[in-house]
Amino acid sequence: MAIAEVEKQGVGVSMLRKEDDRLLRGRGQFVGDVRLAGMKDVAFVRSPIAHARVKGVHPPEDLRSQVVTAADLEGVKPIRAVSGLAGFKPSDQPVLAFEKVRQVGELLAMCVADTRAAAEDIAARVELDLEELPAVHDMIAARDKDAPLLHEDWGDNVFLETFVDVNIEAAFDAPIKITREIKTARQSMAPMEGRGTVAYWDKRMEQLVLISGSQMPHIVRTGLAECLGLGQHQVRIVSPDVGGGFGYKGILLPEDICLGWYAMRCGHPVRWIEDRREHLTAGANCREHHYVITAYADRDGKLRGIDCEATVDSGAYSSYPFSACLEAAQVASILPGPYDFPSYRCRTWSVATNKCPILPYRGVARTGVCYALELVLDAVAREAGLEPHEVRLKNLVQPDQMPFDNITRKHFDSGDYPEALQRAIEAIDVKAIRERQKRGEENGRLIGVGHSIYCEQGAHGTSVYSGWGIPMVPGHEQATARMTPDGGLELRVGVHSHGQSMETTLPQIAHEILGIDISKIKLVHGDTEYTPYSTGSWGSRCAVMAGGAVAAASRDVASRARKIGAHLLQVHVDDVELVGGRVKGPSGSVSLEEIAHTWYRLPQNLPDDVDPRGLEGTVGHKPKRDTGTFSYAAHAAVVAVDPENGDIEILDYVIVEDGGKLINPMVVDGQIYGGLAQGIGTALYEEMNFDSSGQPLASTFADYLLPGPTEVPAPRLDHMETVSPYTEFGVKGIGEGGAIAPPAAIGNAVNDALKDLGAELVRTPMTPRRVLEAIFAATNADSQDHSDRGGRT
Amino acid sequence: MKPVNFDYARPKDVAGVISLIGDESRVVKILAGGQSLGPMLNMRLVQPDLVVDITGIEELRQVEDRADEVGIGGCVTHSDIEDLRVADVTRGALPKVAAGIAYRAVRNRGTIGGSITHADPSADWISILSAIGATVTLRGPDGVRSLAVEDYMLGALEADLRLGELLVSVNVPKLGPAARWGYYKSCRKTGEFAHAIGAFLIDPDRDVCRAVFGATESKPLVVSEAGDLIGRTGERDLAQGFDSRRADELIRDNGMNDPIDRQIHVAALRRALEQSGTV
Repeated sequence: MAIAEVEKQGVGVSMLRKEDDRLLRGRGQFVGDVRLAGMKDVAFVRSPIAHARVKGVHPPEDLRSQVVTAADLEGVKPIRAVSGLAGFKPSDQPVLAFEKVRQVGELLAMCVADTRAAAEDIAARVELDLEELPAVHDMIAARDKDAPLLHEDWGDNVFLETFVDVNIEAAFDAPIKITREIKTARQSMAPMEGRGTVAYWDKRMEQLVLISGSQMPHIVRTGLAECLGLGQHQVRIVSPDVGGGFGYKGILLPEDICLGWYAMRCGHPVRWIEDRREHLTAGANCREHHYVITAYADRDGKLRGIDCEATVDSGAYSSYPFSACLEAAQVASILPGPYDFPSYRCRTWSVATNKCPILPYRGVARTGVCYALELVLDAVAREAGLEPHEVRLKNLVQPDQMPFDNITRKHFDSGDYPEALQRAIEAIDVKAIRERQKRGEENGRLIGVGHSIYCEQGAHGTSVYSGWGIPMVPGHEQATARMTPDGGLELRVGVHSHGQSMETTLPQIAHEILGIDISKIKLVHGDTEYTPYSTGSWGSRCAVMAGGAVAAASRDVASRARKIGAHLLQVHVDDVELVGGRVKGPSGSVSLEEIAHTWYRLPQNLPDDVDPRGLEGTVGHKPKRDTGTFSYAAHAAVVAVDPENGDIEILDYVIVEDGGKLINPMVVDGQIYGGLAQGIGTALYEEMNFDSSGQPLASTFADYLLPGPTEVPAPRLDHMETVSPYTEFGVKGIGEGGAIAPPAAIGNAVNDALKDLGAELVRTPMTPRRVLEAIFAATNADSQDHSDRGGRT
Repeated sequence: MKPVNFDYARPKDVAGVISLIGDESRVVKILAGGQSLGPMLNMRLVQPDLVVDITGIEELRQVEDRADEVGIGGCVTHSDIEDLRVADVTRGALPKVAAGIAYRAVRNRGTIGGSITHADPSADWISILSAIGATVTLRGPDGVRSLAVEDYMLGALEADLRLGELLVSVNVPKLGPAARWGYYKSCRKTGEFAHAIGAFLIDPDRDVCRAVFGATESKPLVVSEAGDLIGRTGERDLAQGFDSRRADELIRDNGMNDPIDRQIHVAALRRALEQSGTV
């Protein structure tokens, strides 16, 4: 019976999440829950202007001691997130602005008071002398020679330009040539918990302690120490419960440095809790891409080549640690998607504008890439008179080609992409939809079916990132496993869960190896003081890297426990095995509890040659190849478009995913549901607009629309399991994928619905107005020129 | 995002409110449900010297049954109406619209008087109450006056409220047994403010036929003699008689220049009519 229970807790089991007992009862501890004696609140004075010379920042004389300006921050270095890619121009992001401000919301002064309201009162009294400069709000115009310059010493507004050409000329004679200009809106990712920081100086430890919800505490420590001129041993980062990150909590903020600097001097803790206006207008921007993409194909739909110019609006500064070229530079390497074609050219620009720095957001760069490529493939299908999935099936990398090195030398580890697509096509029932389209809808709505497929590199390591020269090249990932005297287990990892369920899934891995009941396995993470160094939680890497490290550390402990167990059983170590939490010999067994008790409490009973490292060990892990795992998924959507008022309703949604071996399938389902919600936000709702002076136009969730429960359908999920040949248990990174494919699948479904009208949407979000604009444009084009294929909006 | 310091008062009666809000020298805001004022305070879009909380006034939570109308106190909440704690005299119109306002949490606190005084063009009450032909009663230092709801709203976020005046009730006519109404709003998502509203009322017994284009840039466009626009009152299927070209011209002549906006608004009214066909 004990063994039966044990089997329900290991790798592959859909266990309920351990952390939910705390989180669902409202007993989590987030930054905003931290209460420290004497703590004061911070409000920042932020620039109301997108681009200006700073002539002066004048605190009220009577409150001078409660206001910090750039002039006070002697010795504090600006944030500098470089890339080693050739031609990258670094930006200095001042902690508090002094010469210039380059975005609305940039910090100009920090105000400290007993309450946030009082701090805001002080902030309102700080006088700003700003001389407005022309703002750069459009990334394409920003590349013009006569555009105003953000960073004058650069000579232009381009962080980085990249170029790759693989025999594109060979595609030029293709009979089908389809070009589209495609855009994804700027978004503001929206974790339920915003940013926040509590900082204090720990006198006994002689350390600056920063409590801040962070996906990567160790990287933040390194960056913070460098900016403040501290030794890294003098900085401790504590990341408590984190209410969603999605990339936003992987960033070292100027606010963190301000609070750290102040906490070292003021003798009391200080706190800044980001409000939603700061979050939307000054913080969490992401996603803004522009593509001019051309597909070359034969009449049978076989792709001959893809030619693309991609521009990413990187905003004013390069954010630490990812750098401003994270998105655009990746576009060039991942645009070919899961397809095999012979010719490729891509030029990319990472452009500086007077907006917030663009930050990595779940599915970094891939959501835009998938949208651009998959939309243009559907346009190819319409031109060729084929079903879109027929075109895809002609071009997908085939399972017998795996592992496969694609045209940009990405190494696809394993998978059956055509199978995933075919399952999605069957599940969504394209044939039935085509019949329904012929019949038409009584209420005049137009039905469309669309799909998209992608593959996503995750957990890629040293060989991929070393070339980037960023401050966070991952190497071996480490984990510590330590048995406690009562036979329990502590796991220590440097990654941090911001919703990934690691308090459940990593113990499942340890359980798989040691058989210790999961209730007795404690994950320790989110504190630089207690965990091995790690680049943190990003890039769909935790299951592969931290999971692999936990497996390695657990095996290490297991081997030592076996030796002690064999000694206690008076048999040779080769004659015992560790099963279900017991070391079993030819006759008799001894529990891990007894073994732990012996090591810690009865060392006199240990053999003379016992391994002195005991039941604790830190072990590093790298997969057999560090070029990454490639999970993938096919998404299919049925939509109804109302041609009268532009409304779009999602009628059905199917996802067929393959994440290799799933540690906890229920947790993966949760990741997919959440990702889908975000992908629907990208597709239909979320848009961070700016006016021509660089003013953000959405400062509340009344203006910045997020999908809610009534907008997100319950998708039908289907799982495939193609293990990775390179990782522990064959797992693949899967956390981001749900957010990648929905805009493309929904976009293609909308365009399918509108195809008889000759209308096509080529930008996100697909709002009612944009739907109607496309229909109006098509109708007008039709009345003027019957040969024109209509409007694209 | 915290409010400035302000004084707070919670009078027990309307006279107490009027005595507090007639002072020109200080900025005073009336707090009813707080569903708009709360965020505006927090964002410091308003920085009052004094907030007068009127939710403790019994009179404003009362409903008065009169001969041909009911007077709904200004502090009656959307959910009071949705849940029929207020007797319905509109053949289901007000409860139905109430149930579609924002989210339940908003409806539990938000008030009918607060909503129309806040005068957001996209909000529901202003459009449906205009269609129904409701009036408001205002009480101030110079006495009492009444206005049609559509006249009470002067423009976006602006109500015809004189210094010292308070909205005390919204007066809703009792509809005849043959009355038909319809209400349709285009929203990007559940609970969001509408970007187009169509509403109408046909009440043959009282010889009333009204149509409203709501969620415009400013106050709703009310057509008080809407017979030609929305068809003859005796027709079973009202949408059959709808003259969409005329509707389009009407809102264009009233300043709605964007053809997409016009299409969505015309469609909203037509759909309101289609709904009524099944009442």
